[in-house]
Amino acid sequence: MYTETAIISDNTLAGPEGELVINVGPQHPATHGVLHLVITLQGETVKKIEPHLGYIHRSIEKMCESLSYRQFIYVTSRMDYLSSHINNLGCAICVEKSMQIEVPQRAKVIRVLMSELTRIASHELWLGAMAMDLGAFTPFFYAFREREMINEIMEDSCGARLTMNYMVPGGVMYDIHPQFREKTKAFVKQFKQKVVEYDDLVTNNIIFQNRMKGVGILSKEDAISFGCTGPVARGSGLSCDTRKIFPYEVYADVDFDEVLETGCDSFARYMVRVREMHQSIRIIEQLIDNIPEGDFQAKTKAVLKPPKGEFYQRVETARGEFGVYIVSEGGTTPYRIKFRSPGFSNLSALDHMARGSKIGDLMATMGTLDLVIPDIDR
Amino acid sequence: MSVKEYIQNVYNGVTSLLKGMRKTGYYFFHPKEIITQQYPDNRSTLQLAERFRGEVVMPHDASNEHACTGCTACELACPNGTIKIITRFDTTPEGKKKKALDTFIYHLELCTMCNLCVEACPTDAIKMAQNFEHSVFDRSKLTKKLNQPGSKIREGVE
Repeated sequence: MYTETAIISDNTLAGPEGELVINVGPQHPATHGVLHLVITLQGETVKKIEPHLGYIHRSIEKMCESLSYRQFIYVTSRMDYLSSHINNLGCAICVEKSMQIEVPQRAKVIRVLMSELTRIASHELWLGAMAMDLGAFTPFFYAFREREMINEIMEDSCGARLTMNYMVPGGVMYDIHPQFREKTKAFVKQFKQKVVEYDDLVTNNIIFQNRMKGVGILSKEDAISFGCTGPVARGSGLSCDTRKIFPYEVYADVDFDEVLETGCDSFARYMVRVREMHQSIRIIEQLIDNIPEGDFQAKTKAVLKPPKGEFYQRVETARGEFGVYIVSEGGTTPYRIKFRSPGFSNLSALDHMARGSKIGDLMATMGTLDLVIPDIDR
Repeated sequence: MSVKEYIQNVYNGVTSLLKGMRKTGYYFFHPKEIITQQYPDNRSTLQLAERFRGEVVMPHDASNEHACTGCTACELACPNGTIKIITRFDTTPEGKKKKALDTFIYHLELCTMCNLCVEACPTDAIKMAQNFEHSVFDRSKLTKKLNQPGSKIREGVE
């Protein structure tokens, strides 16, 4: 057991000219997990933010090296648990690429449908948590009402609500539930009816707008240099949607827009996510009646042995670009696995965005980054 | 900012707040639209999805027979070392020795419900059950023996 660390000694010493160092986290209700921020303040103005990571490090990349190509996929659900389907999808596509497995069209469509449902569910939770960060407790329940419908769809078809492990190399684990179409259509109908409530409750609220507009500025150049992806970068006008740039599965065939906002502030990032939910609904509406007949899983060997080489696949999760890099030595387990998680790069921009703003705005800025800590730490 | 704009801002602000409060007020007076479930109280009527993964079970039929051959495919498929299979050699009436399941040990405390063992099973001997209330007072109670005492393999399952 250690008694003194650099953080604690920083805290006890008064900084130069009345600077104050405070610790937010690791168990602070506003940080959505075990994120530890060491904030240097001058009065109420944020001087510097240092994120300290490692509280939920589980060495997932190293764990994956001892698991076979079928087994390691379930671990990735534990990284970004809010878009676990899309994480699993990235790994499954990467293994398929290495083995040159042809995935049936039906499986591809089911995968895209599930990915978009996951994206909506993730953004719904973010919307509720975001409003809660700003002190509005009620929108959380409105957002969870719609999210619950998605969770029920997932429970029916995949067998779990959060860590589904539905994507397997070669397709999906089960066929969709007989009621999947009806339930998804019912969800789309309800979402379209109820989404106006979010505008009344949150988007058009004067307090919300005043706290979001002009706060947490991240310019397009900075977004590129920090490696931001996903809604954070798209809120700064950077076109980076992997679904558009490097289409995987059936994204090339469906009609949807890449959401871009040029406000560069917290409100722009908020609007990107809200508008992205509508685009996901558009994709679901196009595909739900056009699920082709056929197999839901390609026939694969019991033991997967990809040839020697390096393989990379990127997918667009709800938070940004997720990359899977596999080095294979030709054996049953990967030699090395590297995950590029979107949250890590997005967090690195927090210091730049919040520097010079007031501490009250820090939580609003951090909320719009949509951080999932296990994704950052792995 | 002119006085007119200031008054306009105040007016817009108050209307936006009232709009939001009208929405919450609507749900306050329409309790039928509330979808919250009272979980521990509704336990008798609780409906779980049929594919819901709660724990691994081994179904036995009326004559206490299961379908497990003891091939250890599930043990190899499991990423966490949840399953341990102990086999024995039975002597068939013809005098041949045959591998059979002795004990199917299942560590629920290590299980992540990933369904890979059920996928791997060639004879559909194990499946996922809906029971999700796993809390016990002692951790050792979570280590389970799935095959019932005195059970044997069903005729015709190879």
